[in-house]
Amino acid sequence: MIFVTVGHQTPFDRLIHAVDMWAAANPGISIFGQIGDGSYEPEAFPFSRWLSSEDFGTRIAASTAIVSHAGTGTILQVLMADKPLLVLPRQAAQNETRNDHQIGTARYFSEAGLILSIEDETEIAGGISHLLSWRPSTTISANASPQLINRLTSYIQLQSPGKTRP
Amino acid sequence: MRILAVSSGGGHWVELLRLLPAFEQHELQFVTVNATYRHEVEAHAFQVVRDATRWNPMGLVVVAAQLSRIVLKTRPDIVITTGAAPGLLALAIGKLAGAKTIWLDSIANVDELSGSGRLAKWCADLWLTQWEHLAKDGGPEYAGRVL
Repeated sequence: MIFVTVGHQTPFDRLIHAVDMWAAANPGISIFGQIGDGSYEPEAFPFSRWLSSEDFGTRIAASTAIVSHAGTGTILQVLMADKPLLVLPRQAAQNETRNDHQIGTARYFSEAGLILSIEDETEIAGGISHLLSWRPSTTISANASPQLINRLTSYIQLQSPGKTRP
Repeated sequence: MRILAVSSGGGHWVELLRLLPAFEQHELQFVTVNATYRHEVEAHAFQVVRDATRWNPMGLVVVAAQLSRIVLKTRPDIVITTGAAPGLLALAIGKLAGAKTIWLDSIANVDELSGSGRLAKWCADLWLTQWEHLAKDGGPEYAGRVL
């Protein structure tokens, strides 16, 4: 089962359409989609517009691979579940986000060998076939790096409680 | 210490949860924008505010009112956020109420700080980026990442 998800902010029809075309040509592989308020509805696989946080986690756990936008929430949740992920970054020029930060996010995580990334939707077939035989380079820990946790812990401890308030 | 931990949905929320070990000794209250997240932090106080972006001024007014009520009631010693606009408002309101404030810009902002992250300069006592190349003197500090 492949889970394709666009996250919970804005639609991402370019991804859903590309995966729908791929699914129609590859009927042997089951897919479930979360499509947000996109105007394109897939014909080759079942979908839901929104999922609760619990159902989202269940879908990831039940999937063998995930295809999504390059949102940090999805990327981190998939990595914590130790599943293979292919991302297509949203583009500001297509009105899919406010800026092109997802391109940088996709570059960082794919260069680290943690996810696969494609630049545009025409690469979806190659991307998915690679994904189905691919594994992330490493699993990630449950929490932030010790450096960040220590910085926050020591900063918080420096603040004395019970100060006078204005 | 009373810590108010605030974030928008999606990556902001997932990144905030990865900081939990830093808050373990303290009284922690979460504020976010999606009621379905509650089950992920059952051991802690949890409140939901309306979601709004920087491009929705009326929404931000509502969020500011909700956050003001929460801050006045909770009287936090620390307000921490991973963004975005509601988190920025929480820092500003928290600072007015005498709290120390922490902004952690999302790991997603690889090439430049987020818009809210740049504005956080004015209300964050501890202003953090997750990218060494974005840290500078008089700018945000790099102190590690959420993974």
